[in-house]
Amino acid sequence: MSEPILRTVDLHRRFGGVAAVDGVNFAVEEGELRCIIGPNGAGKSTFFKMLCGLIHPSAGRILFRGEDIAGDERHRIARRGIAIKTQVPSVFDGLAVRENIRLSAARVQAAGVVDSAVTDVLARIGMVEHAHRLVGQLAHGQRQWVEIGMLLAAEPALVLLDEPTAGMTKDEVVRTAALIREMNTRHAVIVVEHDMQFIRMIARTVTVFHQGRILVEDSMDAILKNAQVRDVYLGKRSDAHA
Amino acid sequence: MRGKALGLWAAAIGALALAFGLPLFVETFFLVELTVYVVMAILALSLALVWGSAGILNFGQSAFFGLGGYAYTIAVMNMGDSTVPILIGIAVPAVFAVVTGYFLFYGRVSDIYLGTITLCVSLIFFNLINSSGAEYRIGIAPLGGNNGIPGVPPLNVPGNPERPLDFDEMYMLSMVVLVLVYLGLHWLLATRFGRVAVAIRENELRAELLGYDARLVKLAMFTIGAGIAGLSGVLFAAWGSFIGPTMFSIFFTAQIIIWIMVGGLGTLAGAVAGAVLIQWLTTWLGETKIADTNIVLGAIFVVFVLLVPRGIQPTIARWLAR
Repeated sequence: MSEPILRTVDLHRRFGGVAAVDGVNFAVEEGELRCIIGPNGAGKSTFFKMLCGLIHPSAGRILFRGEDIAGDERHRIARRGIAIKTQVPSVFDGLAVRENIRLSAARVQAAGVVDSAVTDVLARIGMVEHAHRLVGQLAHGQRQWVEIGMLLAAEPALVLLDEPTAGMTKDEVVRTAALIREMNTRHAVIVVEHDMQFIRMIARTVTVFHQGRILVEDSMDAILKNAQVRDVYLGKRSDAHA
Repeated sequence: MRGKALGLWAAAIGALALAFGLPLFVETFFLVELTVYVVMAILALSLALVWGSAGILNFGQSAFFGLGGYAYTIAVMNMGDSTVPILIGIAVPAVFAVVTGYFLFYGRVSDIYLGTITLCVSLIFFNLINSSGAEYRIGIAPLGGNNGIPGVPPLNVPGNPERPLDFDEMYMLSMVVLVLVYLGLHWLLATRFGRVAVAIRENELRAELLGYDARLVKLAMFTIGAGIAGLSGVLFAAWGSFIGPTMFSIFFTAQIIIWIMVGGLGTLAGAVAGAVLIQWLTTWLGETKIADTNIVLGAIFVVFVLLVPRGIQPTIARWLAR
């Protein structure tokens, strides 16, 4: 089998005495679409932040196409071809939609084709008519799309999406699901989500995090039937009743 | 909209024609006073770039202004011809900015500490120069402590120290420098590098996640701003044929910030307008003694922060766009 696009080896991250990520061995193949789920505090976001250099691991290795990127500066990781949509939309609120996308495209494209690349991305995220509005004036869901548009324009090898549908209406969620499937035709994608409905729309393989480790990894159908997974999620509910 | 744009162009060209034609009409005394407004406008542009465009909260822009002035003065006293000392007056603050900026940006010092540290750097220079008595010399140039250095040689025609610039020429040169710096910064901000700097101001994390090295871009902007501030320091020293430690003082550094606030943070034209207006007001208050300058400037600062937080230029631009 060929080398996976991303592989983590015994990855750890401790905050004081708490092990947020506690020995994760994880791999994603080129072109794959992977969903990560798990209850609050399972370590999903910490894991994601380590992949893009926002947090450095306490121990372990992160291999991107075989090269260790753990501890690299975040702009270097981005240049290797890893793009992330953070949990809270991270966009340039004071700049126009077009300029937001343009900043991303300008880093990877030759000067002559930047404009056409930007126009193409605006069409893909359905924001052509909003191109000249300031991002700060847009609705929450639209800002999420602008951020996704920035990822598309960067033409990365691997896209990380941390709760891409947070705060979206039902229609927006459906559109985002379509956008992610389309994105996956060109890039490998890893999605962290809470919304099970949404996961169902896009998921093939699902990895379940629990207490900083991988609990189980399987197809969506198998995960839904898995007793361990049900305990992790429902167990919390019975705790709340107790 | 098109008519308004044309009107703005016409106004800009008219203002430039007036500014460059002024030596034909007015008395030399007035021109000399005007020259310092122009020099201050160049200094204002330097902070407009660093703070307004690149978002670096630099409270010590006066350190570069003073360094430029002192570097020029010491060099020109020793060398005679002002040609190379002008370049030294730009290079010394720029190199100093690279060194301090390296620690500030690569050490990822947060905004508020960056403001504090840059202010302290300026005050360290103020105290250092202040306490350098008559016995301290660099070559034949006496540092002069808190008395400053009188008799700074004027700028001369390049390569010919026997031919100093007169007041008219000094005014014209300062105007040319102002226009070139303005156009240069305007161009810089339209390049990819300039746009990235603005993006970093808006959201540093996102810029880095797109693959831009925010530390390097900020260091470059900080250095360019320091060079321009140094150049205005050179012109200031040569204009008044005097230089003193007050160039590093807290009053001076606060004044630059007020210019930018009044003119409009994030604009270039506003910074020029703010510098000229406040400088004129300061001079007028000093002559008429109607009220204490510091109190008036402080009041203006408070009023603008509370009532016109965008500053003059963006407010007028909005009003025109209606």
